[in-house]
Amino acid sequence: MEKVLFGYLCIAMLGSALLAVFSRNAVKAVLWVLVMFLHQAVLFLTLQAEFLAVVQIIVYAGAVLVLFLFVVYMINLREEVRLPNFVSSYPWAFIAAFGLLVLSVAGLSGYRTARAAGVLTPEALLRYGHARILGEHLFREHFLAFEVAGVLLLVAVLGAVVLVRRIREGAI
Amino acid sequence: MEAILKSALPILILVVEALVLLVVALLHVAYTTYAERKVIGHMQQRIGPNRVGPRGLLQPIADVLKLLTKEDIVPLGADRSLFYLAPLISLVAGATSLSVIPVWDKFVLANVNVGLLVILALSSLSSYGVILSGWASNSRYAFLGGLRASAQVISYEVAMALSLVGVMLMAGSMNLAEIVRAQTATPFKIYAIPQIVGFFVFMVSAIAETNRVPFDLPEAETELVAGYFVEYSGIRFGLFYLAEYFGMVVMSAVAVTCFLGGWAGPFEVPGIPFFWFLVKLYALLFFYIWVRATLPRYRYDQLMGLGWKILIPLSLANILVTGLLKLWV
Repeated sequence: MEKVLFGYLCIAMLGSALLAVFSRNAVKAVLWVLVMFLHQAVLFLTLQAEFLAVVQIIVYAGAVLVLFLFVVYMINLREEVRLPNFVSSYPWAFIAAFGLLVLSVAGLSGYRTARAAGVLTPEALLRYGHARILGEHLFREHFLAFEVAGVLLLVAVLGAVVLVRRIREGAI
Repeated sequence: MEAILKSALPILILVVEALVLLVVALLHVAYTTYAERKVIGHMQQRIGPNRVGPRGLLQPIADVLKLLTKEDIVPLGADRSLFYLAPLISLVAGATSLSVIPVWDKFVLANVNVGLLVILALSSLSSYGVILSGWASNSRYAFLGGLRASAQVISYEVAMALSLVGVMLMAGSMNLAEIVRAQTATPFKIYAIPQIVGFFVFMVSAIAETNRVPFDLPEAETELVAGYFVEYSGIRFGLFYLAEYFGMVVMSAVAVTCFLGGWAGPFEVPGIPFFWFLVKLYALLFFYIWVRATLPRYRYDQLMGLGWKILIPLSLANILVTGLLKLWV
């Protein structure tokens, strides 16, 4: 049962990702990404990671993609521009992609499942829930990284505000 | 044969429970529209619907029948698939939130550990319905409505999520049933008193999330005709209408669970364990209607200013104070 579900999720995710890339309509491309995100959330659920699944939907589907949609919205979609599909140097791209494929197959051949490390054992997760364990780790051990990420994002937000603000004549 | 029956029984019970919940919720939604028209009517010195059935009680059913039998028009320039999809997204996202809300101690459809986050996730998904309908209609009014709606919903979602953080901090859990139990253990019995700021922010942003007066700019009929669903007719319009009232019921139910103590009440009512839940729910729904009858619509920049400059800082301060209190008291 789980294997069937996993197979379905994989196919659906790959399919929707491909549809998103090949879709000519930008709004529909965004929607295919949404479909992919929802499947990804279900994949997290099958791994008992409820918190991750919900955060995936809140952050990616609910915030990031809506902002994408907001931008794409402005494009007038009735006029379609058709450009040649490949730039002239495409053979190099194929060679690079093939090389990456070979490398990843080589990497996968030595694959072993990781052992549960630290306190994040399945038993602890089942007992305390993801949110609690994640929170404790984030705010105790990785506190500095967490704060640094927060400051970086704040700087980005301030930068965006400064960029879009119109400077009025005379006012400094 | 018996083994199959035994394994299928829990699923069957779940399906039946879900159906019961859905039907009851739909009845509530239908009669919320009736209550709204009646209450606003009386507030404006009118009688309200009184022709269909005794005291107009069958009016919602007549409305539904009317919507079902009307012609379903799709504009020529519309993107058909998305045009069909949009109202369904709105409705499904709203209705699914009901499954994590504990109506009473022993009745919650899905007892999820991160129930509060599930509600936030689904309410963020419901904005897709509005945005897509605005885009797919290929009409200027609908487009402007969709644009406004997406900006508004994104802004107020932040305030709403932040206002709920105080509740999570106090209860120490994101499971809605746990939150209710934690509330009844506190001296006040409800979080609306210690979390008064959070409660205020939540109620305001819940009204904005459901696109209702005074924040109904996405569908401001005086300037945008009807905003994002102007091109919809018949039952598809009905689905949007339904989604709005479903949103009201769900938001009120969340407020009841998170701030007003859920199913708990001053005394037990024998036979009806969800009595207090319903009383609180109706009180909040009345509040929604009351607000609609009282307040005029905001201007768009006022709306954004209120969201970003007042509600979000307020809820951030609320988190800080709650955290400090939790640390020292």
